[in-house]
Amino acid sequence: MKLPELGENIEGGDVLRVMVNPGDAVKKDQAVLELETDKATIEVPSSMDGVIKEVKIKAGEKVKVGQTIFVVEEGAAATPAEAAKPAEAPKAEKRKADVVEMKPAQAKPAPAAAAVAPAAASTGDGGASIPAAPSARRLARELGVNLQDIQGSGGGGRISMDDVTAYARRLLSGGGGGARPAATTAAALPDFSKWGAIERKPMGGVRRTTAHRLTQAWQTVPHVFQMDRADITAVETLRKRLSKNAEADGRSPVSITAFLMKVLGAALKKFPQANSSVDLQTEEIIFKQYVHIGVAVDTDRGLLVPVIRDVDTKDIGQLADEIAQAAEKARTRKLSLDDMQGGSMSISNLGSLGGGPFTPIVNWPEVAILGVSRARMEPVFVDGEFVPRFMMPLTLSYDHRVIDGADGVRLLRWIVEAIEQPALIWLEGS
Amino acid sequence: MQVTLIDAEPNPGGVCTFRGCIPSKALLHAAKVLDEAKHADAFGVTFGTPTIDVGKLRSWKDAVVKKQTGGLGLLAKARKVTYVQGRASLLDGKTLSVETAKGEQRVEADYIIIATGSRPTTVPNVSIDSPKVLDSTTALELPDIPTRLLIVGGGYIGLELGTVYAALGSRVTVVEMTDGLLPGADRDLAAVVATRMETYCEAILLETKVTGVKDDQKGLSVTFEGKHAPSGPQVFDRVLVAVGRRPNSAIAGLDKTKVKVNQRGFIEVDGQLRTAEPSVFAIGDVVGDPMLAHKASHQARVAVEAIHGHPTVFEPRAIPAVVFTDPELAWTGLTEAEAKKQNIAVEVAKFPWAASGRATTLDRPDGLTKLIVDPETERILGVGIVGSGAGELIAEGTLAIEMGALAADLKLTIHPHPTLSETVMEAADVFFGESAHVYKPKKTQG
Repeated sequence: MKLPELGENIEGGDVLRVMVNPGDAVKKDQAVLELETDKATIEVPSSMDGVIKEVKIKAGEKVKVGQTIFVVEEGAAATPAEAAKPAEAPKAEKRKADVVEMKPAQAKPAPAAAAVAPAAASTGDGGASIPAAPSARRLARELGVNLQDIQGSGGGGRISMDDVTAYARRLLSGGGGGARPAATTAAALPDFSKWGAIERKPMGGVRRTTAHRLTQAWQTVPHVFQMDRADITAVETLRKRLSKNAEADGRSPVSITAFLMKVLGAALKKFPQANSSVDLQTEEIIFKQYVHIGVAVDTDRGLLVPVIRDVDTKDIGQLADEIAQAAEKARTRKLSLDDMQGGSMSISNLGSLGGGPFTPIVNWPEVAILGVSRARMEPVFVDGEFVPRFMMPLTLSYDHRVIDGADGVRLLRWIVEAIEQPALIWLEGS
Repeated sequence: MQVTLIDAEPNPGGVCTFRGCIPSKALLHAAKVLDEAKHADAFGVTFGTPTIDVGKLRSWKDAVVKKQTGGLGLLAKARKVTYVQGRASLLDGKTLSVETAKGEQRVEADYIIIATGSRPTTVPNVSIDSPKVLDSTTALELPDIPTRLLIVGGGYIGLELGTVYAALGSRVTVVEMTDGLLPGADRDLAAVVATRMETYCEAILLETKVTGVKDDQKGLSVTFEGKHAPSGPQVFDRVLVAVGRRPNSAIAGLDKTKVKVNQRGFIEVDGQLRTAEPSVFAIGDVVGDPMLAHKASHQARVAVEAIHGHPTVFEPRAIPAVVFTDPELAWTGLTEAEAKKQNIAVEVAKFPWAASGRATTLDRPDGLTKLIVDPETERILGVGIVGSGAGELIAEGTLAIEMGALAADLKLTIHPHPTLSETVMEAADVFFGESAHVYKPKKTQG
């Protein structure tokens, strides 16, 4: 049994748990493996009825689509005892011969211990025909990557040390050799062990993806951070009342995030450039006719951003329910990759944790994100006197390539005003 | 790491410093001064006939060797390397017994590196037991200046020593089995050396071999056979046998380890210079060709790194070779002949030194710089240089090959004027048909 296709753009993942043992009978579609892919945890179903003869993978390993994960003797009736009978043996053997063995995985960075073995090292760089300086060749050996797999960026295909590092990073990120652009190249790190004990740990799937995506976002998007504060005194009263009603109906309480999502849904209608993506290749701006909004969820594995669809057509109660469900799915590893794609804009609400304003990074290829911080009672000067108002700090981070500074401040002002006077949502934002 | 160095000599240095590169270069320097003094006549500077004090020349050469090896001894001491003078035999993969002046000493080690080098090859019926028959080691001792010297072997050792003795006044005959001097070097480069050798040798006998040497009272009576064999026996004062070198792999106790020696006598090693016995490494002449000191030092680096657990490999793209004849001949990376043999498509660009301003001021237009270039990527695969000081110029070629440089990189790198190093840049210009000093139609862009 090989790892089946699991979804678009999923090339493989880390084995979290093997759910069967040799000798176990399995039925088609029964979950046999728990796999952590880029951002979602997937239960891999069995593709056949039969008995597990051999488990080819173990927890913590990386597997790729198409790789053999189990050797299975087909046929629902077969039990381990029967399979062992002499009469059955030829059949069993034949079946085994049909099994395609695990394909040699793409050159993976060998762990340091393996790399020092003479057998591994003496294979060298795969021939003198590849142009690379001795220093680059040495680095490739130390990282355990094969020069033959690296596309050199220099004249005549010469491989630089940067090419080697970039390639190794792509391998480590699980993206495969050629998949990602070299955007995530970083300068070489110093040897930290010079200053004391260190420990190196591989990144988990979510951390890996986050690291790569944020590096790419930061390098791609020229960020501007626009800050403001919204008076949510009125909306907070309304929110509490709505929450009480919702809970009475057995529904999710209405969070401030749900409110903000409703406001953003309207804002994106009024400010379409905030619901776009930049295609520099073709020098075009892609305007989206839909309004889907991502909401950042903090989980024990890291940051996940499920996307709530068609925000503009849903009422606040519906949004509150969907946000609660998405957050629950994120925390219980039930989110699929599809659940996290196709956002127009995102919201990152750190208000529950306290702290002052912050500057979130745009979730590329989106062009804007709203950062929300904890609201506080503050004295506000209104009509000649200070009055206590419940003020919420907001930061709009946006992609300056498509949103001008004036538009940025207009957009955030509109958001603030819509929070303060929600009537704006149906007066202007539709 | 605690290091013990065992050698039979009083100081470290090995074949190169005691009996190879260093003493031969000292003598070649004297030869060069003699030759240049003679040559100065051409531009109106005439010296009298030089007198040569062989004893003084010999002691100067010995002093050079002593300075070098003594320096190595001090460096070893400063680095806390224990030096044991003696001859070692292996008891197993981690234990050695050393015969020293003070008796047997046992040395135990986690790792052993064998670097026993090589010795001159002897030829039956030629390498007879006579003090008049020399090998490279005894020839470097400079016993005297023979009136008539026969050199058996037209390789680099024979020609370098031939250059020395000819300059000191010997009438030198070179006999070589193959059809050209300096086998291994490209013919167009070797031809430049051969042309000059012919002017100061009495005879160069190609495709000829020595069938016997007899020591009688008058001297050594030598018989030949082959294409240019003299009709009868010829008498020489001394015969130098320089037909190659053999690895010193007959090490006592090697059979008590798993170390394997191949048919040619080389110790077999993997890419990290590790023998079949995991604790034993071997480097230098004893593991294979080319038998060059700079290859050995690089291998030593790899072996030590391997011992320290680094994922290192001996994988040079180019090992430069230099023949210190007059003129010098040097090459690195792929030769044109080797490319032909391996059926590798190459383009060759040559810059003759007659077009070099610097060569003209030195009155040494007898030189040639050539590049072996991959026609597709225009990468430098090999460099060959013949001419005065070629040995000092070849390092740039080796760096170019190791760095994966293109012909354009050499072309676009500013070289100082007026120097011979410009010939490397000009050869790259020739490759593109753009040399200012050599006219060749411009390459048509594909």
